Amino acid sequence: MTAGAGARPVVLRVAEVTRRFGDLLANDAITFDLHQGEVVALLGENGAGKTTLMNILFGHYTADAGTVEVFGRPLPPGQPRAALEAGVGMVHQHFTLAENLTVLENIVLGTESLWRPLARQAAARARVERLSRDFGLAVHPDARVGALSVGERQRVEILKALYRDARILILDEPTAVLTPQEAEALFATLRAMVAQGLSVIFISHKMHEVLAISNRVLVLRHGRLVGERATAETGAQELARLMVGADIALPEPRAHSPGAVLLRLSGVKTEPRGRTAGLRGLDLALRAGQITGLAGVSGNGQAALAAVIAGLDAPVEGTLEIAGQVPAAWSPRAAIHAGIGRIPEDRHAEGTIADFTLTENAMLERMAEPPFARAGLIDWAAARRFAERVIADYDVRCPGPDAPIRLLSGGNMQKLILGRALEFGPRIILANQPVRGLDIGAVAYVQRRLIAARDAGAAILLISEDLDEIQAMSDVIHVISEGRLSPPFARGEKTAHELGQWMAGHGFEGADAA
Amino acid sequence: MRLEPIPNPTLGRRLGPPAAALGVTVLFAMALAWVAGADPLAVLGLIVKGAVGSKFALLETLNRATPLIFTGLAVAVAFRAKLWNIGAEAQLYLGAVVTVLLGTGALSWPAPALLPVLGLAAALAGALTLLGPAWAKTRLGVDEVVTTLLLNFIVLLFVSYLLEGPMKDPMGMGWPKSRRLIAEARLPRIVEGLRLHWGFALALIAAVLVWLVQTRTTFGYAMRAVGHNARAARFAGIPVTSVTLATALLSGSLAGLAGFSEVAGLKGNLTLDLSPGFGYTGIIVAMLALLHPLGVVVAALFVAGIFVGADSMSRAAEVPSYIADMLLASALLLVVLALPFTRFRLRWR
Amino acid sequence: MMEILDILVSATFWTAVIRIMSPLLFATMGELICERAGVLNLGIEGIMVVGAFAGWMAVYSGLGLWPGVAVAMLSGMAFGLLHSTLTVPFGLSQHVVGLGVTLLATAATYFTYRLALPQVSSPPRIQPFTEWPVPVLSEIPVIGPAVFSQTPLTYLAYAVAALTAWVLYRTPLGLALRAAGENPAAVEAQGLSVVALRMGAVILGSGLMAVGGAFLTMSAFNSFFFEMVNGRGWICIALVVFGAWRPGKAALGALLFAAFDALQIRLQQTGLGQHVPYQVFLMLPYALSILALVVMSRRAEVPAALMVPFNKGAR
Repeated sequence: MTAGAGARPVVLRVAEVTRRFGDLLANDAITFDLHQGEVVALLGENGAGKTTLMNILFGHYTADAGTVEVFGRPLPPGQPRAALEAGVGMVHQHFTLAENLTVLENIVLGTESLWRPLARQAAARARVERLSRDFGLAVHPDARVGALSVGERQRVEILKALYRDARILILDEPTAVLTPQEAEALFATLRAMVAQGLSVIFISHKMHEVLAISNRVLVLRHGRLVGERATAETGAQELARLMVGADIALPEPRAHSPGAVLLRLSGVKTEPRGRTAGLRGLDLALRAGQITGLAGVSGNGQAALAAVIAGLDAPVEGTLEIAGQVPAAWSPRAAIHAGIGRIPEDRHAEGTIADFTLTENAMLERMAEPPFARAGLIDWAAARRFAERVIADYDVRCPGPDAPIRLLSGGNMQKLILGRALEFGPRIILANQPVRGLDIGAVAYVQRRLIAARDAGAAILLISEDLDEIQAMSDVIHVISEGRLSPPFARGEKTAHELGQWMAGHGFEGADAA
Repeated sequence: MRLEPIPNPTLGRRLGPPAAALGVTVLFAMALAWVAGADPLAVLGLIVKGAVGSKFALLETLNRATPLIFTGLAVAVAFRAKLWNIGAEAQLYLGAVVTVLLGTGALSWPAPALLPVLGLAAALAGALTLLGPAWAKTRLGVDEVVTTLLLNFIVLLFVSYLLEGPMKDPMGMGWPKSRRLIAEARLPRIVEGLRLHWGFALALIAAVLVWLVQTRTTFGYAMRAVGHNARAARFAGIPVTSVTLATALLSGSLAGLAGFSEVAGLKGNLTLDLSPGFGYTGIIVAMLALLHPLGVVVAALFVAGIFVGADSMSRAAEVPSYIADMLLASALLLVVLALPFTRFRLRWR
Repeated sequence: MMEILDILVSATFWTAVIRIMSPLLFATMGELICERAGVLNLGIEGIMVVGAFAGWMAVYSGLGLWPGVAVAMLSGMAFGLLHSTLTVPFGLSQHVVGLGVTLLATAATYFTYRLALPQVSSPPRIQPFTEWPVPVLSEIPVIGPAVFSQTPLTYLAYAVAALTAWVLYRTPLGLALRAAGENPAAVEAQGLSVVALRMGAVILGSGLMAVGGAFLTMSAFNSFFFEMVNGRGWICIALVVFGAWRPGKAALGALLFAAFDALQIRLQQTGLGQHVPYQVFLMLPYALSILALVVMSRRAEVPAALMVPFNKGAR
């Protein structure tokens, strides 16, 4: 127990909380205390059970066993309302904001009795403005949330909690979507809050952030609390060992000499779609035997760039060349046939069809052509053989090729997607958030496969919001901001902080003034 | 309350809930009969007897099932691709209109040449009827539920106009009905002397063909892919718009064939009561069949039996024949409710 | 052309317009409330049939007119409860359930009708709501007789439309309902129950639809017959889209639609009606609805979570 923290009153007590999902023990008898004015970091890999635990604290899930006490009173399970009233606020990893409503509307939602004949707009606005001043959370109350940047949305989420007088704030992977600079601003806000007596649970899988912000660290692995350390008395190495347990080392690509340009975009423009930026005259060259990393805050044109390379969108201006040739027509099929292996950003919504079997999903991209089909008739035997091969070669853990793919974990689903793309030996690979949400073992596996493909001569574009991942994997890094691309930076040329500057839009021609 | 997926549902798990749904429907039928002041078991018996109790009853049921197989297939094909075709009624009527238009003497060919042409023309008419809403859906994002529903009303008024105007039978004593088809345009009976026409066989063939298309062809695969997850299908290179339009053509032509089969096989002419809601009942048939083309045949027989049986029952007992509509609508809702329980179990924590 | 002008300036025409609009106003607001909360209610057509029958039957059985309206509303709410139970906590297909509810509601009405009145060849009549001119306001030229010389049920329709707009945009409840239709996760995270909000919206909205149906038998006419609703429910769904999910615009759409419908009825009696078959006039309202859908489809701001089931604690 940390000196000092023990003297302060306990605000939250979690005892023996257990939760199962089917066969998976997501939380196994977890017990800890949170004291007033402290930041406790909950550290663990994806799939370690952090988010489940927090969803239990907040009442989204109920625990199968165990109790939660807030300020000495037991918290009734399964009721977000009870958690909110007890003073627990939560900032979810995926923001829970209604985009077509204003900032103010999102904040006051559910804070007044539903049966009031008139909402108290003016008083609410004044309070939101005061809170945003006090805690440095600048955001316009009347802006539509859909028009806000990711960083601004997070501020709205924090304001939501503060508006309800939260005394305990839970932040689930809050920095995952921020630039390093924005993350520092967030830490400043958190310190201000702690200084006023609030307590914070900070969920992360990033060591350096945990060390920077927390007083105490809890480490979760495979649903169990495997360690508790005062931050001052521990270090990155010890925490990493606790977090990962058995040694699963992430691969570190060795330097590799790049080859010819396989894919080139010149002056490519696309229309903006909804809140995601379009491309504004973008030049990009992907070279054989090279991983090109694309860093940036989400919503800055990554989706548009991925859509162009995947064949979903054709540039409205500018050209796309594959190995020096401009393809006659551009579509997903054209992209597949041009030798582009595609790993989509959202494996559930875009990469797979949940109710289709593994066989059907494995053949999805090439279902109309040999060996899977001839003259419009499907050869199911060939399709099944292919699925079996992918399952074996890519270590897809599954009940079999005839099982619906929705039964698979995210990691195994991603391996199937990876397998069906790589099995045809693509020259170019679009890897859009290839390891997001995967557990450490799957992360290592996917990354090893990508590096192997690079070593075999593929040109890879790696898109990720995780700057650490980009820096670890990429031979060359571009930063994307508002649909523009930074110059290429060689591995190690820029620090995370410098890349963060670019991610915030500084450094681009004619943009610094803004 | 939450639903927890079951990794490997057993056969009992997969068949139990729908069977329970049908069981509840039967109990509901008995309750309705009781409310109507009749003996529940007797009413059930009368319905079964009226549906399959005699050669006449059985043939009546098969005849009634014929258009329902077609419209059920039309709905099943469309719903599988998440194309909400609620306009089978309109497609059926336009198929019938075209059959009458060409089959009352405009083409005086021998039957082996004329019948296929009539069938194809009716299918085409049905297909084109759905193409409009499908096009508006894919190009303009207009919800096809409402457009196909509203088209039903427009088409019925159009048919009413035709039957009172250009297509009116001059010998019809003023009734709004068309002239009768020429003999070569009539579908013959399957067995001489039995009142069952080749339309029924055609419906069975259509069901098998649709099943083969859905399971064996790339087009069928594409239709299912678009229905389950259009975004993933598009990402994988399946032309979602074309597939949707092609699905509309297939679905509409099946409904158009229902019109052809009814006019050329059963009625011989076109009246405004050609279809007592076959298009809407097709939705029930398709859902009871869990959208499976072969299941559609079974479901259509079941639904037709209920209708025919209830008609016959209401003549004997003081229970309105609308009991059939209530039963089938509740069966639809109960089966839809039962489906998740074949894959999930309910947990109360 | 002169004939059309003559029609448009006559007070009786506008009286008819308001009469045609009233049931649409009820049902459109009902559907709008459901859809703003994220649930498409295709049960509307059948629920209007039920309402038309239940209100009329209640009065025929000896209840007063207002209790009859209450019975109609309750009958609609019962089917709303059925619809929302299946679509909200169970998250079943709103398309299929809605159509099923329409089929079931219609069948239940016809079954009950035959059961209650086995022998009659033509349905009995009731004493419906009568006009109740609003003092002073009904004296305004043209507008007065049209807008303020209607039955009390029409005034209730005005009130329902105004109240819907007020609740949706001025009250905490309206904000919660809109949020449930935009992002249910946001509602749940603020401690409100998405299930309760959506079910409540569907039940209330279905009640309003039923009152819209009851208007047909208790105010516009004095009896019940089959095919009475005749697609009005589907038209109301089109009106909600036409109104871009906003009560004011949807009400305006209902008014425009009613004016068009009243006009086509009158045109049938003019010289034009001699040359054009009456079916063409009858088709126009349906065709107009389709046209409105096509024209508005690009501009409309659909509630983001419309037809998206919300599964609490989904994983």
